[in-house]
Amino acid sequence: MQTDTKSRIDQTTSQSGQPVTVLRFEGDISSASKDAVIGSYQSLSKTTVKTLLLDFTKVEYINSSGIALVIQLLMEAANSGQKVLAFGLSAHFQKVFTMVGITKYAGLFPDQAAALATI
Amino acid sequence: MTATTARTTTVEVRLPSRLGFEKVAMSTAASVAKLMGFREERIDDLKTAVAEACINAIEHGNRLNEKLSVGVTLSAGTDALEVKVMDDGKGMKTQPAKPDIDRKMHGEEDPRGMGMFLIQALVDEAEWVVGANGKGSYVRLVIRLDKEEA
Repeated sequence: MQTDTKSRIDQTTSQSGQPVTVLRFEGDISSASKDAVIGSYQSLSKTTVKTLLLDFTKVEYINSSGIALVIQLLMEAANSGQKVLAFGLSAHFQKVFTMVGITKYAGLFPDQAAALATI
Repeated sequence: MTATTARTTTVEVRLPSRLGFEKVAMSTAASVAKLMGFREERIDDLKTAVAEACINAIEHGNRLNEKLSVGVTLSAGTDALEVKVMDDGKGMKTQPAKPDIDRKMHGEEDPRGMGMFLIQALVDEAEWVVGANGKGSYVRLVIRLDKEEA
């Protein structure tokens, strides 16, 4: 019954010319999303990927188990010295991410352009 | 199922103890709240709180036993919506603690375990009630209409 989470990896460049990897999610993010969130992240090279954007534009539902997966991703990224930014969250989930403290470890931006402008 | 008394309209939903079905309760709660005139922002808060309460009931209360169901009762009053989420578990005896993101990031605290905190943070009242004889526990949530909504 839990909706599948789709994920896609794109490459782009920041305004300052730095390579940036974008992990785009679609669907729900819940306990059933481990492969889409952690699996996709772990498929990235820790040596070449230095900056990662998480795209939540097409995500409508995130529950606490899904937030826990995002925290696990942030933990692994921090241990690998990678910078993570997120964009596309609804106002409600921006509030929820702020409440649980995620903003301390990942900046939240309204869209990709706003996130890339800070890199 | 619905029932109406002089001041309260009640809607009841029964969910199987299977993850994902919390979205049925979430959608029902959102529909009732919309009919009551809640703002979208508060409906989003309610949806997350109801979903987390149902997930706790499915996972921890009924331990994913699909022979057991989770009962959700929505009681719409004139100025507030009360939601009860009932399961067959022993209930929560501790109050929710605020998640410590630093401890989570350092692997000193389980990254999960934020549901109760979110429930309490997003609604006006949250109460965990332990059922008699160690069964039939429930969480009771109340979300109030703002003056400009009412």
